[in-house]
Amino acid sequence: MQQFPCPFCGLRDEREFHFAGEAGKTRPDTTKEISDADWTTYLYYCTNAKGPSREIWVHTTCQEYFVMTRDTVSMEVLSTEALNEDAA
Amino acid sequence: MSGMRIKDAGLIDPSKPIKFTFDGKAYSGFKGDTVASALLATGIRVFARSFKYHRPRSVWGAWSDDPNAIVDIALDGISYPNCQATTTALAEGMEVRSINAWPSAERDVKGVLDLAHRFLPAGFYYKMFMWPDWHLFEPMIRKMAGLGTLEKEVSDQFQSAILHEHCDTLIVGGGPAGLTAARVAAEAGKSVTLVDDHAELGGSLFSMAHARGLNASDWVAEQTAAIQSAGGHILTDTTAIGVYDHRMISLVTDRGLGTAPILRKMRADHVIIATGAIDRPVTFVNNDRPGIMSVDAGTEYLARYGVRVGEKIAFLTNRPDVSTNLEQLAAAGASIDIVEAATPHIQAIGTKSITGLVVGGKSISCDTVLASAGQTPLVHLWRHAGGKLAWDEDRQTFIPSAGPDWMRVIGAAAGTFDFDVAVQEATAVALKAPAPPRSIYKVTPLRPDLANKGRQWIDFQHDVTLKDVALAHRENMVSVEHLKRYTTLGMAGDQGKTSNIAGLSAMAELKGQSIPEVGTTTFRPPFVPVPLEAFRGTKRDRQMAPLKRLALEPEHRALDAAMGEYGGWLRPAWYGGDDEKTAVVRECKIAREAAAIMDSSALGAIEVIGPDARDFVNFVYYNTMSNLKPGRIRYGFMLSESGLVFDDGVMACVDDTRFIISCSSSHADAVMAHLEHWRQDSFDPKRVHIHDTTVNWSTVTIAGPKASDIVAELGVLENLRDFPHMSLRFGDFEGEEARVARVSFTGDTSFEISVRNDFAATLWRKTLEIGKKHGAGPVGAEALTVLRAEKGYILVGKDTDGETMPHDLGFGAPRLKKSAAFVGDRSLHSEKANSEARKQLVGLIVKDGEPMLPIGAHIVRNKDGKRRSLGYVTTSHYSPTLGRPIALALVEGGEHAMGEPVDLWHLGQARSAKIAASCAFDPEGARIDA
Repeated sequence: MQQFPCPFCGLRDEREFHFAGEAGKTRPDTTKEISDADWTTYLYYCTNAKGPSREIWVHTTCQEYFVMTRDTVSMEVLSTEALNEDAA
Repeated sequence: MSGMRIKDAGLIDPSKPIKFTFDGKAYSGFKGDTVASALLATGIRVFARSFKYHRPRSVWGAWSDDPNAIVDIALDGISYPNCQATTTALAEGMEVRSINAWPSAERDVKGVLDLAHRFLPAGFYYKMFMWPDWHLFEPMIRKMAGLGTLEKEVSDQFQSAILHEHCDTLIVGGGPAGLTAARVAAEAGKSVTLVDDHAELGGSLFSMAHARGLNASDWVAEQTAAIQSAGGHILTDTTAIGVYDHRMISLVTDRGLGTAPILRKMRADHVIIATGAIDRPVTFVNNDRPGIMSVDAGTEYLARYGVRVGEKIAFLTNRPDVSTNLEQLAAAGASIDIVEAATPHIQAIGTKSITGLVVGGKSISCDTVLASAGQTPLVHLWRHAGGKLAWDEDRQTFIPSAGPDWMRVIGAAAGTFDFDVAVQEATAVALKAPAPPRSIYKVTPLRPDLANKGRQWIDFQHDVTLKDVALAHRENMVSVEHLKRYTTLGMAGDQGKTSNIAGLSAMAELKGQSIPEVGTTTFRPPFVPVPLEAFRGTKRDRQMAPLKRLALEPEHRALDAAMGEYGGWLRPAWYGGDDEKTAVVRECKIAREAAAIMDSSALGAIEVIGPDARDFVNFVYYNTMSNLKPGRIRYGFMLSESGLVFDDGVMACVDDTRFIISCSSSHADAVMAHLEHWRQDSFDPKRVHIHDTTVNWSTVTIAGPKASDIVAELGVLENLRDFPHMSLRFGDFEGEEARVARVSFTGDTSFEISVRNDFAATLWRKTLEIGKKHGAGPVGAEALTVLRAEKGYILVGKDTDGETMPHDLGFGAPRLKKSAAFVGDRSLHSEKANSEARKQLVGLIVKDGEPMLPIGAHIVRNKDGKRRSLGYVTTSHYSPTLGRPIALALVEGGEHAMGEPVDLWHLGQARSAKIAASCAFDPEGARIDA
């Protein structure tokens, strides 16, 4: 079982976390015209990096979302950081 | 003569006899015996029959490497299938039964299958039974395949524990190397845990101590005392089954049959693997015959259990270091022959027990063969952790090479078979120093004799012979992974512990390559089979999914409520102690003629608070919420980003900065997570907060034509003027805040009154008391589902599926009109979302006098004699109000097919119905604000 460092709670077992998506994916402005292809890319396409990958995870017990950089090959956690500087 | 007990030998306690039976006959052994050692001591040789050919089988090994002796054991009326006889501790009253054998292992009627071996090569069932149809043969083959028998009586009382532990240094294996490493690390001040899978520490020391002039038990006791006095922790009967992500090592402690094992999830800074090595079988004709055992097993049975496995023993090995084994067995009175294992054309004689060997045309008489084609280090944990292996030509095996810096392998597991060097190595590694060089150890390479006629076993447990490997080679299944899957070599319960190298060696010979060129298969946890309850721990039944309980539960029970689980909540299903049908009809009548009094506390109540709260709710709802006025309530959908209906419910606006979301009771946690996601993703979390208040409030709902009269008399609000449907007011009950919402789940005038939990019972009783005068009464969850189905009010997840969008449910306006961004918006305009062929929610009406439609029945269109499904029935009830069955269904193009007849099909039965509006009762909505 992996252990992830929640920026707020410290090192916890992986079962307390959920994956929430790859980092850096911005929701398109849906009030403007968006092509089917662009929307599909946003909805379904992932980089699926082999090696270091920046991802959004949520620590379900404290409900805070954060950025985690981890190596998808070695499973090593490289860093975690809060989404907001002073998260509530 | 085969096995017998030697006086004053072994670690067993001869003062404590244990009675047991084997295939119905009574025997006895001693405390400290395994099932295998006790059986061997009685002279029994045939323990089981093999998987495919029903060949008689005894033991090959003395511990977890044994592939042969699998037995079913009944103890205290509970049956435990597929126990390894070599690792199961003997217990009083055990009824041991051989597997794959009837009436007994000794006389098995299916033994004739062995004569048909020519017709049963690897993969025979793929080839032979394909015509005319595999499914004709499958039941028979399934019945004949498999190992032990699962009985009906299984124990459900296991309470296993899962523990989480940490130490500086974990040592796996309590032999000479492991004990030394644990002692040195503990004395150096490390927190140390030493685990060993046997009940007694010592490992291979018991078979090698004799020659070194050591008393094994004294040496072990000395190390144990030193480890413990330095604060070290020792776990016996504990197997390290695997290394998992982030250095987690699972340790399973066996506590005997009938008691659940303990699972420890251990994390250590430094892990030392000292798991030893096992003998690998020599490949020769009939090498599976009872009486052919590993060299180390022969000495283990003597040293640990005081059992001499035979009288006339032939040693068939290339190992240079078996003199200690020879001496011990000779000292126990056995006569010894030594046979050069590299001789071509070796054959075993005898069926149920070996009677001799033919070696190069010469016969040797013996009752036991102790064989070894060299030692295989147990490197499983090293491989789990990502460590690499290198082929060692001298040792003719794979040994650990490069690997993770936090794990080291020592002793025989690293190919260090010499006692003194292993102790030096353990001392160095415990202090994280470089290991001393290994001493020279050379075995003659043994390759399978392809020219030898007759069957030579590679995998004993799965009955894979050299011919099967040759067949795989002929059919080009030459990659080790293909070889494994084609022949099932190494796929049995022992996972190829003994067969792996033999299989690789055979394939190497067939391909004319070296073993490292052929490669190895992947080592996967667990190292030994583990009972599933070890992983379950306390996560069972209600401990796995605890029920949510209502504050009003005692009130419901006082009214003879039948309680049931609804979306994780224990709620009253109906009242009065009647049968369900009678109660539901009565409660529906009360609701439609007077008023239903219901406990709605399970409905989610999530508050959204803050200056950006309005923007937030407008974004997460499909419906426009930006113009919802304070004191007003609106029904709406939340969608997933792919446009699918995620939840439905009402939302109240308290003021511009405070909204109360009421979501499905079963879905409150998921809605909360969904809202948090969008709050933190797309909003400033300091300007909008979300708080789940579901469990803080109790809600009493009064719904029906008499609801207004009852609420007026309750006096929670001063008056009910200007309080229309879909609005919210704050009143008081007994001086405490009472929230009153005009929302309806039944289609009738309805009031939801929410108060603090500690006032709920008083409110409930008072409401019932007033209600009674008006003919109202308590109504449970079952009647409510009928009442809402009459109105066509959906349940998300029941009346919607993984494709349903809001416009499929008749709520198409926001999709076309809402200008602000909202979750899922763009997905509602995809090609699929615009398709004509979407499934839409409709009602179904059956002909007068016909019964209810079954839920799940398909609406079908017949074309060219073939039925195509257009959708299915999602909800079906008998409506007491309408006096006829009602149903909801998702039907392709249903919206434009009102009044049309449709065919239905369910489990071979045809039905017919007519498509109607989903709302079957009071379609004008006249009753809702009456």
